[in-house]
Amino acid sequence: MNQRSTATPVAARAAADAGKVQSMWSQIAHDFLRSKPAIFGLVILLIVVLMAIFAPFITPQNPYDLMQLDVLDARLAPGAESMEHGFTYWLGTDGQGRDLYSAIVYGLRISLLVGIGSAAIAAVVGTVIGLVAAYAGGKIDALIMRVVDLLLSFPTILMALMILAYMGKGIGNVILTLVLVEWAYYARTARGQALVETRREYVDAARGQGIPQWRILLGHILPNCLPPLLVIAALQVARAITLEATLSFLGLGVPITEPSLGLLISNGYQYLLSNEYWISFFPGVALLLTIVAINLVGDQLRDVLNPRLQK
Amino acid sequence: MIVWLLRRIAQAFLVVLAMSIIVFAGLHAIGNPIDILIGEDLNQQERLEAIAHLGLDQPLLQQYFSFLRNALQGDLGTSFVYNEPAIGLILDRLPATLELAVVALVMAIILGVPLGLYAGMKPASPVSKVLMSGSILGFSLPAFWVALMLIMVFSVQLGWMPSSGRGDTRSLFGIEWSFLTLDGLHHLILPAFNLALFKISLVLRLTRAGVREVLPQDFVKFARAKGLSETRVMIMHVLRNTMIPLVTVLGLELGSTIAYAVVTESIFAWPGAGKLILDSINSLDRPVVVAYLMVVVVIFVTLNLIVDLLYKLLDPRVRLEAAQ
Amino acid sequence: MTPRTMSQQTTPSAVLEVKNLHTQFDTRAGVLPVVNGVGFRLEKGKVLGLVGESGSGKSVTGFSIMGLLDAPGRITAGEVLFQGQDLARLDAGALRSLRGNRIAMIFQDPMATLNPVLRIDVQMLETIRAHRKMGKAEALEHCRATLARMGIPSPGERLKAYPHQLSGGMRQRVAIAIALLNDPELIIADEPTTALDVTIQAQILSEMQQLVRETGTSMIWISHDLSVVAGLADDIAVMYAGRIVEHGSVDAVLDDPQHPYTQGLIGSLPSANQRQRRLQQISGMAPNLLDLPPGCAFAPRCPRAQPACEQPPGLTTIAAPSTTATAHTVRCFFPGAGADLSRSAA
Repeated sequence: MNQRSTATPVAARAAADAGKVQSMWSQIAHDFLRSKPAIFGLVILLIVVLMAIFAPFITPQNPYDLMQLDVLDARLAPGAESMEHGFTYWLGTDGQGRDLYSAIVYGLRISLLVGIGSAAIAAVVGTVIGLVAAYAGGKIDALIMRVVDLLLSFPTILMALMILAYMGKGIGNVILTLVLVEWAYYARTARGQALVETRREYVDAARGQGIPQWRILLGHILPNCLPPLLVIAALQVARAITLEATLSFLGLGVPITEPSLGLLISNGYQYLLSNEYWISFFPGVALLLTIVAINLVGDQLRDVLNPRLQK
Repeated sequence: MIVWLLRRIAQAFLVVLAMSIIVFAGLHAIGNPIDILIGEDLNQQERLEAIAHLGLDQPLLQQYFSFLRNALQGDLGTSFVYNEPAIGLILDRLPATLELAVVALVMAIILGVPLGLYAGMKPASPVSKVLMSGSILGFSLPAFWVALMLIMVFSVQLGWMPSSGRGDTRSLFGIEWSFLTLDGLHHLILPAFNLALFKISLVLRLTRAGVREVLPQDFVKFARAKGLSETRVMIMHVLRNTMIPLVTVLGLELGSTIAYAVVTESIFAWPGAGKLILDSINSLDRPVVVAYLMVVVVIFVTLNLIVDLLYKLLDPRVRLEAAQ
Repeated sequence: MTPRTMSQQTTPSAVLEVKNLHTQFDTRAGVLPVVNGVGFRLEKGKVLGLVGESGSGKSVTGFSIMGLLDAPGRITAGEVLFQGQDLARLDAGALRSLRGNRIAMIFQDPMATLNPVLRIDVQMLETIRAHRKMGKAEALEHCRATLARMGIPSPGERLKAYPHQLSGGMRQRVAIAIALLNDPELIIADEPTTALDVTIQAQILSEMQQLVRETGTSMIWISHDLSVVAGLADDIAVMYAGRIVEHGSVDAVLDDPQHPYTQGLIGSLPSANQRQRRLQQISGMAPNLLDLPPGCAFAPRCPRAQPACEQPPGLTTIAAPSTTATAHTVRCFFPGAGADLSRSAA
């Protein structure tokens, strides 16, 4: 690494920065793993994600394939045996005869897809807008921030309801809605952090060297904005998943043919009063575990990254 | 101060105006406005009459202005489903939602503040750790699922509380309220608690964070150095300084609570504005949706204004600077 | 508030006697012996200047006396005898009734010590009413009078004000007034003028001097600045790394310093007499309490250090106590005048 030319002070600083960034991340990882709840959350998360990815291999039934469902097996209690198919409905069946365990695993897929997907897209969109605001400054900055403030002061569920009311249901619309609702968080943080970074000396030094602003933005400012954005992203995934579940529960989210966990819970609602609790209960537990795991991870991430930010 | 107030009110108006444009644009940009506003089971002649009556054959800008004009006079359209003015439907049901939201917020404060105070004072104690883990649970749990579980346990299994509906009401100032009757209170508990759960966790964490921030500050040590009783130190000095930001957050949360009541009302069949809008969305009763959105925006903007004002009044540093 | 009369001074009565005080902080990195065997006597009506750099343990000594240690600090040994009562062994309720009442404390930054959201009168009234029964009107009048005594103009208006509406010097005067409200026998002042600018500093110093003479209140004035304490104190105790390294009357310590650290402190004071000489600096860095050398803590920076200094030095008496002055003691194997610290190896 020392072979790199450190002739210019900026390049030297960049090299030092890169080295610092690497050791910063390993320090972050180390601090993160110090908290037991966070490790617990991380483990659960990994299990959930792996289950979702390998869903077809670990479930006895594809719950979306109507041919595989047997209406006669509907509303069976957990542990019941299937007559036709020769496997046990470990978690019971729902109103259409779906094996609840399979439905949950496939539902996890959708919930995770929507949650992570929307958070990722929102992160990119929001960060770009935030950086643009910081870079442009002046009136454009003020305008963007006004919009951001407006959006953030409005409750997310109402906005989501509003958008879905106009656009109709469907996974694509749900993701779009979530992105529209979430990008503002990233934009505000990215802009704030970028403004802080812009005031640092190395940016002035780089400008003095004639390095174009956009390259400074991408190469130096962006990496330093990442920690708080990461924290927000982690917590936003949990919020997105919850929001999607809520919307699906209310009948405004994903279509009935490919139920996410929220829709499964909704389907089970009607059977609650006849004491067939499992149809809503188990999907709820799965949802709960996922969200708690993400929140634990996000919480610890925030605790670990925060003192760093103040340095 | 007056200047600031006027400026804030003007700002609020602008926001409401902006929202009206968005709502209006949404109405017309997505889908066929004629179908949306008129409904589908009219024959051709009636359609033409309706179109002319509603002014849908006029240019967009003019439609917007008539929309505005009507809105300012309190006319936000007529519901397809109920065939009554939309605004009337919403205002009828608003007290039920407000009641739910306020009770939930009160629950959140009564439970969250003392617990948060304790957790902030003794962060290492096992009780505090349980509280903090519990609070993560509190805002991780999806509210609708908790509602179902609450119904499961308290209504179906134990039979302690009713699972739906509002129960008896009594009139005060010409509006029907539940909390004035015992049966009404009985019906209020579960939905309000469900709505409050998230808030309790929030208040707990905020109070704890606030206490932890205030506790090591010098003026707390100085208060102790003056020989004040620990109770007085905690309440007059620590809590007092924590509450100011907390109150403002809670004020904003009231708005959010009103919004999230949609879910709770739907599950508990609580006849509030939230349930109305959900039903309206599903039955494509667009005028009601529009009316609801506008009402909510106005409520929100007003709440924001009040909270800003409250903050200025409560924190003497801010208040006196504004006066000078 | 009765003026001190000479005839009452048959035997000097110690208001405060600290014996072998040990206070430690249990941190994750290790145990910090912040106060490591501190002892002194404070007579009635006298002012003790407790001097040392930051980290020397001087403030913690003050907090230990008041019982205001924050976790993870705790007193592990020693006695703090206030009028014969051992404060270190007193229960919380008894300590509380002494604080703000018979022992008062003034902190460094008045903006931080006054609650920003409460009015001045509220903060003063609560001090009175925590310790005695007094009607509100009477108590308010007492507050107003005390503020006037501190030289605050229009005290009635100031009572209704909030802390941020007053200037820094004014705020500190309010803090001092609060300390005086219940006629304490002992005031512990922790760097009360450090946060103020120099002119105000001088004013408050002279006001404090007058106060002490008038009321006969004993005072411990904690400071890192010898020059501030020089004009006010009767005795000076110099602290280093949790120990008192030199103690004596102000004249003895300033005119005839024995400990190399004291000499370094004095040498680094810009003074009119030495305008031509370079300011001396004590070389080296403040000690790390986790990694103290065995024996004398100052040895690494001391120009006179010898192998013998690897043993902990005891107290040597340079001058015995007399009726007008306390004993002059020093904690050093090689006390004496004339060390030039600027020549020590870097």
